[in-house]
Amino acid sequence: MEYRQTLGEDGVRSEQEMAHSGLLPDSHRTDHDRSGGEMKQENHFSPVLLQEGSSIVCDPQAVLNNLSFLEQKIHQVQDAVRSIMSPEEQSTAGGPHELAMKQQLMAADLTSIIIQLISTAGTLLPSLSGGSSMTSSSAGFLCSPSALHGFYTAAAASGGEPTTVEDHQEEKDGEGDGDGYGDGESLLAGTYEVLQLEKEEILAPHTHFCLICGKGFKRDANLRMHMRGHGDEYKTPAALAKPAAGAAGRKEQSSEQAPLRRYSCPFLGCKRNKEHKKFQPLKTLLCVKNHYKRSHCAKSYTCSRCNSKKFSVMADLKTHEKHCGRDKWVCSCGTTFSRKDKLFGHVSLFQGHAPALPFGEVKGAAGPSYPGEASDSVPSGVDLDGGAANVFNGKDLESDADLGLFSPVSFDSFNFGAAGEFPQPVFDAPDGSFSSMFGDYARKGGDSFTSE
Amino acid sequence: MKKLRVAEEANYFDALAEETFFMILDCLDSNPLDKKSFSLVCKSWYAAESRHRRVLKPRRVDLLPTVLSRYPSVSRLDLSLCPRVTDACLATVALSLGSSLRSIDLSKSRSFTQVGLESLVTNCSSLVEIDLSNATELSDAAAATIGRAKNLERLSLTRCKMVTDMGLGCIAVGCPRLRALSLRWCLGVTDLAVGLVAVKCKEIRSLDISYVQVTGQCLQPILQLKNLQDLSLEGCRGIDDESLATIQQKCKSLVTLNLSNSRHVGYLGFSSLSRGAVHLRELILSHCGTVSHSLANSLQKFSRLQSLQLDGCRFSTYGLKVVANSCSSLRELSFSKCLGVTDEDLSLISEKNKDLQKLDITCCREITALSIDNISRSCPSLRSLKMESCSQVSREAFPLIGERCRFLEELDLTDNELDDEGLKAISRCRGLLALRIGLCLNIDDEGLTHIGMHCQNLQEIDLYRSVRISDKGVVAVAQGCPGLQMINLSYCEEITDSSLISLSKCSKMNTVEIRGCPQISSNGLSVIAAGCRQLFKLDVKKCFQINDAGMIPLACLSRNLREINLSYCSVTDMGLLTLASLSYLQNMTIVHVGGLTASGLAAALIACGGLTKVKLNLSFKSLLPKNLLEHMEARGCIVQWRDKPFQMVDPDPIKIWKLPAGVET
Repeated sequence: MEYRQTLGEDGVRSEQEMAHSGLLPDSHRTDHDRSGGEMKQENHFSPVLLQEGSSIVCDPQAVLNNLSFLEQKIHQVQDAVRSIMSPEEQSTAGGPHELAMKQQLMAADLTSIIIQLISTAGTLLPSLSGGSSMTSSSAGFLCSPSALHGFYTAAAASGGEPTTVEDHQEEKDGEGDGDGYGDGESLLAGTYEVLQLEKEEILAPHTHFCLICGKGFKRDANLRMHMRGHGDEYKTPAALAKPAAGAAGRKEQSSEQAPLRRYSCPFLGCKRNKEHKKFQPLKTLLCVKNHYKRSHCAKSYTCSRCNSKKFSVMADLKTHEKHCGRDKWVCSCGTTFSRKDKLFGHVSLFQGHAPALPFGEVKGAAGPSYPGEASDSVPSGVDLDGGAANVFNGKDLESDADLGLFSPVSFDSFNFGAAGEFPQPVFDAPDGSFSSMFGDYARKGGDSFTSE
Repeated sequence: MKKLRVAEEANYFDALAEETFFMILDCLDSNPLDKKSFSLVCKSWYAAESRHRRVLKPRRVDLLPTVLSRYPSVSRLDLSLCPRVTDACLATVALSLGSSLRSIDLSKSRSFTQVGLESLVTNCSSLVEIDLSNATELSDAAAATIGRAKNLERLSLTRCKMVTDMGLGCIAVGCPRLRALSLRWCLGVTDLAVGLVAVKCKEIRSLDISYVQVTGQCLQPILQLKNLQDLSLEGCRGIDDESLATIQQKCKSLVTLNLSNSRHVGYLGFSSLSRGAVHLRELILSHCGTVSHSLANSLQKFSRLQSLQLDGCRFSTYGLKVVANSCSSLRELSFSKCLGVTDEDLSLISEKNKDLQKLDITCCREITALSIDNISRSCPSLRSLKMESCSQVSREAFPLIGERCRFLEELDLTDNELDDEGLKAISRCRGLLALRIGLCLNIDDEGLTHIGMHCQNLQEIDLYRSVRISDKGVVAVAQGCPGLQMINLSYCEEITDSSLISLSKCSKMNTVEIRGCPQISSNGLSVIAAGCRQLFKLDVKKCFQINDAGMIPLACLSRNLREINLSYCSVTDMGLLTLASLSYLQNMTIVHVGGLTASGLAAALIACGGLTKVKLNLSFKSLLPKNLLEHMEARGCIVQWRDKPFQMVDPDPIKIWKLPAGVET
């Protein structure tokens, strides 16, 4: 517990630093600080599964820890709801916008609670060997959007704490009607609504999780394939069918009415953040992910060939490696280019610069030097990708690096044995599910707590 | 005793100023032998000639060091006759000529690399012109070396296929004074480097990017060149209307535009290329497919257009009439191999362009005597008329040409219905320099005698397969035209040695083609060899009587002989070996020579050091030692193997060629 708390404090501190440095708006602070910090806490405390070989062993102590933490968290949410409900709080609230923000945060908290609950339950399941009725019923809820929706209903029926969650959800829905968080400045742009995901959601490697073993996946189809290993009931055509197909009718309906959905970057001051004066929304979730990684994250992938170019998105590294070192177009001033047309653009721009042949081709014929004009040339190795990141290259990025949670390097350092394609820590489950949660809201349209 | 006395006498020529010698030498430029005689007069004349000479065109590089020390002030060195110029040669040139060398031609030389060019560029600081055409092995490094010749103004890189954008980029940056650049067939070059040339070399006046893989992209900077006068875009497949459409630049200085073989360029592309080119004088649109109405119409914009070439184009109905209406000041017009050229069109054009001086209507098979009548009436100042294979033109038309176009200098009537009467009329064109009347089956000695009597300036006459010609006519021409330089008597089977004896009086004769004249013997050939010392091309294929006896005088006297065809002759190893002493011989065809053995041939090939191209029977390929062939190749000689069946008599090509015309009618 000591360990958990210190790490948790770490997380809180990083958020607070952000807040103190003026990066977070006041309205964000109270709730966001808390939830952000706690989410980090979760991340650290939840490794309840330890894989030994191929069999999964459950750690009862970890389960207990998780449950007690969940309890705490539910209390916090309750407090938050109460604060919204109380009249004086409503009067002091900055308006519908802040209200929406709070609702969003609460929704996020609730979602994380749900996921946490599911994963904790999932970890218990294999230990309850014998395939009781409970196993089949709870394992039926895949952590895909539609399955999550089903989970709400099931949880409501079973009563207890999940009921509170459901109530809360409905409450929010009621209030959310009419003024969604897509309100405010986003309406200036017109018809689209804006979603803003948290940093942790964006950086989560997986969005779909197995309810039985907790394994995460990037694609729901992969999850369905995985589920087949848990029993014959997952091999039926219905279980293997694309879940979106079931919600297709609803989706069509909602797509007629629903305005365009756009995304905002959670990084304050970024042009992609909705607070920015010249806000430019991001189109898709993938755009959000790539933008956030490229602009606001450390560049942890280094090209193994040139050892100088760094990337924060794996695909960018792959693209670079395709061309790295193969065709080097060199100017007599020493500047190198990866493309010939760029070299010729450079040569035609500057007086006296000439294309330089590869060294082996010219024997001893050293290229002429241009002492006077060397300053004209573009310094080599400047990476212009990070444009926006240069503005905020301070503590926030460093703190991210300190946490080391979301960098694949740290993932690699966790060795969970032969757990499939990519070693994934179970504790990522709460964060990872967020995007799928939002996807679910989008499908549900008016039913969800988002504004419709 | 005699020698001593000469030495004692004072040399009166010392009193003459060098300028006087130079002025005399300036007048001797026409004949190289005159200068040779001049320099052999005495030491001071020799020295004067050495200092005077500016241009040198050596045939062998092995004598280069001595020649260069004799002529220290040579500014132009033409090595195009030397097939193999090594880096060491170039180093010698660079060191002995130094900064006096301004121009060097390496267009037909091989086996030099950037090392040789390096020494040239370093030592010859005033180098202004380099011709590197056909240096197909030349690399980017060599181009980069050229890029250090800062004063370079004229550069030809034709067919330098290995040079890429990088090499040309170095040249573009390093030679800012470039005025003329030829990149014809530089297949490694793209838009990038060509565009860079246009950006960096603002002085460019002439640019040839024919058959280069460029698109319209590089034309934007090119058309911004303020001084560009001559632009050649022949066969640039990447250039089409679409890429030209975006060009906004106006190149007002353009004088010559060559768009031959650019089938993708239509009216739109042409109009954006030539926008603002009000000074356009020469336009070449040969082989551009169909000439559209709009394009023909747009020619109106160019009021100063003087030369228009539309060879191999097709015209839509009335298309040519639109051309005729658009152009009114043409001096030169070419319609060779065009489809759809009619009498009406030609009449209209000739009426509009009365100053026409050159007209090419080769293979316009639809025109008749009517056209000739109109042309000769409207354009009396015609200097050149080429109308080969205008098969519909009747014999009545030709006298009109002779009567009306008195200023004709060049006349090509090959494969026409020309007769003696026509030839008689044509003999009134006193200034005639070149007359090609091959395949005219109706002419005989009578008509030719008229030519011989009146056309004293004739330099070139082609009587290929004009089979009714005999000695009488040829003798008349030979006597009447002492300045004759080229004669083609191939397959005029009645020709005998007496023709050659009379032709040997023409001392300027350099080309004699007497292929397929079986009555000619070695005697005739010896007379030619003795009389025509400047002979450089000789074709005696199928002169079966010619044997070794003819080779000996040839080898002794025709020291300038460069090209010889001995196929089907009765020459043996001995004759060939004698011939091999001709060190300037470059091109030799010896197919179906019965008297040759492999060893004799091998000896001749080794002895003849200057050879660049040899055609041999395929059967010798296995008989000749392999290392001999390798040696030949290393020397810069290409061996071509021929596997044609032995034919004593050629199949009559007249029948073959006439057939399509007969089908048309």
